[in-house]
Amino acid sequence: MTVQERPGAAYRPTPPPAWKPRTDPAPLLPDPEPYRVLGTGAASGADPELLLRLYAELVRGRRYNAQATALTKQGRLAVYPSSTGQEACQVAAALALEQRDWLFPSYRDTLAAVARGLDPVQALTLLRGDWHTGYDPHEHRIAPLSTPLATQLPHAVGLAHAARLEGDDVVALAMVGDGGTSEGDFHEALNFAAVWRAPVVFFVQNNGFAISVPLAKQTAAPSLAHKAVGYGMPGRLVDGNDAAAVHEVLGEAVARARRGGGPTLVEAITYRIDAHTNADDATRYRGDGEVEAWRAHDPIRLLETELTGRGLLDEDAVRAAAEGAEAMAARLRERMNADPVLHPMDLFEHVYAEQTGQLREQAAQLRAELEAEGAEDAHRAEGDAR
Amino acid sequence: MSTATARQAKPATMAQALQRAMRDAMSEDPAVHVLGEDVGTLGGVFRVTDGLAEEFGEDRCTDTPLAEAGILGTAVGMAMYGLRPVVEMQFDAFAYPAFEQLISHVSRMRNRTRGAMPLPITVRVPYGGGIGGVEHHSDSSEAYYMATPGLHVVTPATVEDAYGLLRKAIASDDPVVFLEPKRLYWSKADWSPDAPAAVEPIGRAVVRRTGRSATLVTYGPSVPVCMEAAEAAEAEGWDLEVVDLRSLVPFDDETVCASVRRTGRAVVVHESTGFGGPGGEIAARVTERCFHHLEAPVLRVAGFDIPYPPPMLERHHLPGVDRVLDAVARLQWEVESR
Ligand SMILES: Cc1ncc(C[n+]2csc(CCOP(=O)(O)OP(=O)(O)O)c2C)c(N)n1
Repeated sequence: MTVQERPGAAYRPTPPPAWKPRTDPAPLLPDPEPYRVLGTGAASGADPELLLRLYAELVRGRRYNAQATALTKQGRLAVYPSSTGQEACQVAAALALEQRDWLFPSYRDTLAAVARGLDPVQALTLLRGDWHTGYDPHEHRIAPLSTPLATQLPHAVGLAHAARLEGDDVVALAMVGDGGTSEGDFHEALNFAAVWRAPVVFFVQNNGFAISVPLAKQTAAPSLAHKAVGYGMPGRLVDGNDAAAVHEVLGEAVARARRGGGPTLVEAITYRIDAHTNADDATRYRGDGEVEAWRAHDPIRLLETELTGRGLLDEDAVRAAAEGAEAMAARLRERMNADPVLHPMDLFEHVYAEQTGQLREQAAQLRAELEAEGAEDAHRAEGDAR
Repeated sequence: MSTATARQAKPATMAQALQRAMRDAMSEDPAVHVLGEDVGTLGGVFRVTDGLAEEFGEDRCTDTPLAEAGILGTAVGMAMYGLRPVVEMQFDAFAYPAFEQLISHVSRMRNRTRGAMPLPITVRVPYGGGIGGVEHHSDSSEAYYMATPGLHVVTPATVEDAYGLLRKAIASDDPVVFLEPKRLYWSKADWSPDAPAAVEPIGRAVVRRTGRSATLVTYGPSVPVCMEAAEAAEAEGWDLEVVDLRSLVPFDDETVCASVRRTGRAVVVHESTGFGGPGGEIAARVTERCFHHLEAPVLRVAGFDIPYPPPMLERHHLPGVDRVLDAVARLQWEVESR
C-alpha cells in the first residue's frame, strides 16, 4: 500500500465481515466454587440407597489400595499407583455409567475399573507385569489402562462418535490427571469431541501433583474446568472427595451426552494422599501439613458423617462394610500369591492376525531354546536323583 | 488378463485406482469410514478421496479438525467400536504428530490385549519426493514405520497394485501403514476398475522383470527407475531382474532370496536415506540367507543422508537410472578384487 492509498476521512472501519460470536461463553463457564453435596442442603435430596452403595465401594476401594500397595512390598506387584484419597472419584466414575457405556481409564484408575465390575486380579495384570492388559476390553467395556498420558482421550472420542453414528446411545467417560491436561492429546480430544458433539465426558482428577510437579507449574488457567469454554463445551468443578457430588455431576454430564448434548469437562478437586507410586518419595515435594489438611477432608469420613447423621449407618453397618472389604483383601492376597503361569510362546501369538515369516522364524528359535532348556532341566533333575 | 477385461481397460491413474479402492470398500462394507484433513468437500489435496463425501455422506468421509494425533487417536476409538477407519495423513512429514498414537497404541493394541482388541485401521500416507514439493512435503518415512512391530507397511508401484493392495489393507484386521508414492499418483496404466485383476496378498513381493545377471530389489517410487535402468543395462550386457517388494512388513524373504540365489548379485534401490534406511535391513537379510550364492556384496543405492533437499536440488538427491547403473557396474567387484 502506498502512502496515497491510505484510507482517508471517508473511510470508516467496520468489523471483519464474517465475524460473529459462535457460542455464548456464559453457560459454559464453571461455577468457581466446587460443587458439594455432603454437609450441605443438597444432601437431603440424595438417594439413601445410592449413598450406601457409594459408602460400601469407598471402603472396599480404600482397602484395595492398601492391599495393592502392600503387595508391591512383597514383590507381587511391580508397581502400584495408589488412588487413596481419590476413591470418591474412582467409584463415582464407575457408578455414573450404564452397562453399555465405556470407561477409558489411565494407569491410576484401577479402582474405577474394579468398581465397574472388573475382577480385582485382572485389573492388576498390567501392574503385576505378567501381561499388559489382563482382560477383554469389550467384555467389560473398559479400555486398557493407558500409561502414556492423555492418549486414551481421543480413543474415547472416536468410540463415542462411532457409537452415535451406529445409532447407539452409548457414552464414553475418559479419565485423566491434572498433569495429563497439558498434553497435546488432551487438546485434540476435547476439540474433536466438541466439533463432533460426541457423547463423551472428560473427567479430570486434579490431585494437586503430576508426580512432583504442582498444578501451578502445570497450567496458568483459572481452573482446569475453565479450559472447556475454549472448546465450546461446559466445564464443571466438583469437590472430588464428595462421592455424592461427583456422582451427581458425572451423572448429569453422562445424561447430557446421552441425549445428544455433546461433551462436558468435569474437574474434580481432590488429593493424592499416598505418594505417586510406591517408588516415589513424596516428602521431597510436599509438607505433612498439607497432607493432614486433606486427611481431614477424607471422602470416607465425609460420607460416613452424612450417613450417620441421617441415621442410615450404625456401628454394625460400619463394621460390616469393613469386614466385607477385609474379606475382599484376603481373597486378593491369596490369589496374588499364586505365581502366574506364563507361556513364553505367547510372545509371538498376538502381534499380527497371522504370524509373519519373520515371527515364525523367531518363534521357532525360542521354541528350540525352550526345548534345550527343558532338556537341561531334565538332565539336572536326573543328576540330582542319582 | 482375459480378453474381455483387456477390452474394458482404459488408462487410469494411480490416484484414481486408490479412490476406486476406497469407494468399492465403502460400498461393500458400511463399517469403512474415511477421515482426514480436507478429504471431504475438496477430495483430498491429491484428490484421492474425490467424490467419496458426496457419494457416502460426511459421516462416512469426514473432514476432521486439523490434528493428526486426533485423527489417528479417534480412529482407534472408532475401530474399537467395530468400524474400519481409513485415515489420510496429508503429507509424509505431517504424519509425525500422530506417531505417538501409532506407536503407543495402534501398533500394539492387539498384542497388549492378547488378541481381544485388533485395530483394523489403514493409515494412508503420501510419501517420497520427485514432485518439487517444498520443505516437509517429500520425506521417505518408511524406516520409522518398519521399526515398529505390529504394523504392516505397504507401498504400491503400479496402478493395479494401488487398487489391490489398498483393498487388502482396508480388509486387513491389522493396522496397515499404506505409503503412497506421490510422484506416481499421476502415473497411468491400462486398467479396468470393473474387473480388477487378482492381486497377491500383503507380504508378497513380485518379480516385475526377470533377468539372470543381478537382482534390483526395490519398491514404491523406485520401481519405475529400476525398470528403466534394467532396460538401459541391456546395452551393457546386463540382464537384470527387478523385484518389487510391495510390502516392507511383512518382508518376503522367499521371493527376494530366490531371485538373488538365481542371479548371485543384488542392489537395493530406494529414495530413503541409506544410513539407517530400509536398504541396510534388506542387504543384511539377503547376506545372511544367500551368502554362499553371492558373487559380490549386496549394494545399496539410496537417497543421501541429508534432510530432504529443496526442490531445485532434489534431482541430485534422488537415486536415478545412472546411479543404479553405476552400482550394477560395481557388482563386478569379485572380478576386480581378484
Ligand atoms: C506421555 C507421558 N509422559 C510422561 C509420563 C510419565 N509419567 C507418568 S505419571 C506422570 C504424572 C502424571 O500426573 P497426572 O496427570 O496429574 O496424573 P496423576 O499421576 O496425578 O494421577 C508422568 C509424568 C507418561 N506416563 N506419559
